Amino acid sequence: MSHVSNYKPSTGIEKWLDKRLPIVRFGADFMEFPTPKNLNYWWTFGAILAVCLVIQIITGIVLAMHYTPHVDMAFASVEHIMRDVNFGWLLRYVHANGASMFFLAVFIHMFRGLYYGSYKAPREVVWMLGVVIFLLMMATAFMGYVLPWGQMSYWGATVITNLFSAIPVVGESIRTLLWGGFSVDNPTLNRFFSLHYLLPFAIFGVVALHIWAFHTSGNNNPSGVEIKDVKKDAVPFHPYYTVKDGFAIVVFLILFAAFVFFNPNSLGHADNYIEANPLSTPAHIVPEWYFLPFYAMLRAITFDIGPIPAKLGGVITMFSSILILFVLPWLDTSKVRSMRYRPIAKLWFVLFVIACLALGFLGGKPAEGVYVMWAQIATAYYFAFFLIILPLLGILETPKPLPRSISESVLHKAPKLETSAAPGAPAAAE
Amino acid sequence: MTTSAIKDGDVSEDGEPTRRDFIHIFGAATAAAGAGAVLWPLVQQMNPDASVLALSTKEVDLSSVPVGQAIKVMWQGKPVFIRHRTATEIEEGEATPLSALKDPLARNANIGAKDEATDDDRVKASDGVVRPEWLILVGVCTHLGCIPLGTSAGENRGDYNGWFCPCHGSHYDIAGRIRKGPAPENLPVPPYQFVSDTVVKIG
Repeated sequence: MSHVSNYKPSTGIEKWLDKRLPIVRFGADFMEFPTPKNLNYWWTFGAILAVCLVIQIITGIVLAMHYTPHVDMAFASVEHIMRDVNFGWLLRYVHANGASMFFLAVFIHMFRGLYYGSYKAPREVVWMLGVVIFLLMMATAFMGYVLPWGQMSYWGATVITNLFSAIPVVGESIRTLLWGGFSVDNPTLNRFFSLHYLLPFAIFGVVALHIWAFHTSGNNNPSGVEIKDVKKDAVPFHPYYTVKDGFAIVVFLILFAAFVFFNPNSLGHADNYIEANPLSTPAHIVPEWYFLPFYAMLRAITFDIGPIPAKLGGVITMFSSILILFVLPWLDTSKVRSMRYRPIAKLWFVLFVIACLALGFLGGKPAEGVYVMWAQIATAYYFAFFLIILPLLGILETPKPLPRSISESVLHKAPKLETSAAPGAPAAAE
Repeated sequence: MTTSAIKDGDVSEDGEPTRRDFIHIFGAATAAAGAGAVLWPLVQQMNPDASVLALSTKEVDLSSVPVGQAIKVMWQGKPVFIRHRTATEIEEGEATPLSALKDPLARNANIGAKDEATDDDRVKASDGVVRPEWLILVGVCTHLGCIPLGTSAGENRGDYNGWFCPCHGSHYDIAGRIRKGPAPENLPVPPYQFVSDTVVKIG
């Protein structure tokens, strides 16, 4: 941790332990971490995500005690969990909806990072570790969706593993290696179960690095201005942000519970309650909602690009949409972090969010006619935002003047209000 | 004494590699070879195992398939369509000019990769035997891997009297060749050979 430790072991046992394993000191320093005092509610999603990960790991470990990873028994064992296991329905619905909630939170968390420039120096490593976590999350969610061995599980696995066959020369071998056979079958289900159990712990490890990294650089904040005076600009993490995060977690859990208890299947697909049948394909194969924007980009490439056939082009486009985030810190040339002070960038950002939502909508539609055209436009904008707009805006845009400090950015409204408000009016909340 | 000994080992006076350099390179190379030897079985275990490979060929009795009908059998976890074509269907397949085809290649594992998709070359077995009444195809749409309709009686056979993929609307003709829709290639013909008049071995 980057700040000076103020921990003073008070009891004899703490003093003894502090010289051998300073774990209490570690916790105390963590709680005292100087945090910008102007963090808004968009910053609570980090803590919400930590809660999501823990919920998924706990419910997942328990579900694994009742689940059977075999093509003959997987579907039946999931129904066994739903009908026979005590509170099995609750555990499974929490786990299944938990994946959706996890992605909802991570998308908000990522858009927050984009808007406030949290990926810029010195936080490039924080951001890149975040992208690694996102990739691991996607792999974990995809393999988890295969486990119930319903029709969508099976055909989703077939379509996604077939993507690898688009790679020239080695594609077919890679696909066979992933399958452990000549189609998605029992070996595939077994290895997906093994990896679905493993990857969350890998995510846990990268999350620890992610937190270590921003405890070294310090949190970004809505003004994008660094802490200049710890006394004026920062507050200790506890109790200020433990309480704020705690409140946000409770509100988020209300939404979570609304899905689990009132609409547990609304985010899933009815076809996944039909057991996998390798001889019959459902009429419409769609991934879970959180993959729809990427699925739309995959299908948007309907034309050959030079020597690259359309199928490979789609696969490259889809993977590039995430890999491009790794180089984002070097694509954005603006020195100003927060888009609060970037009037033009802010507008392009709003359009970017709309393009992402549009891709999500289009990914759920059949790949025909006007939907394809709109998916192509939105895909083009997605890449243009990173490759053209952000690099150029850093040069062309005139940002608004930055506040001199975090403290000033929070307090500058007060004098304005004093002059404009009628005497006797209640003082503005700060 | 010790310092001079280390110096002797570290850098030789004439700039030649020393015994210490050698031991570093040799040690690293051994470790790399060892890591590779450990990694190989760890990756290789993911490939199809002996029990999966044992199922990689399949014999099918054709005597129960009447003219004009088709069956679906599983081979390597994928459906294989076997259609007993009528004389008119064979004529229809042979009459189709190559210029009408979206994919001009035969896609038949039993012949060369560059051969053209004539009706004859779509029904050629691995020993060169041509029995046009038996059309044998891997029933996986070449677009995104769905299973086309048209094998069972009463199913939609598409605009070309062959197969129709409901996922994204690809139409295949009576020789399993793509005629309309997003699929890029003809349905592939698996390796096969007739063991007797009524038995075919796929794989």
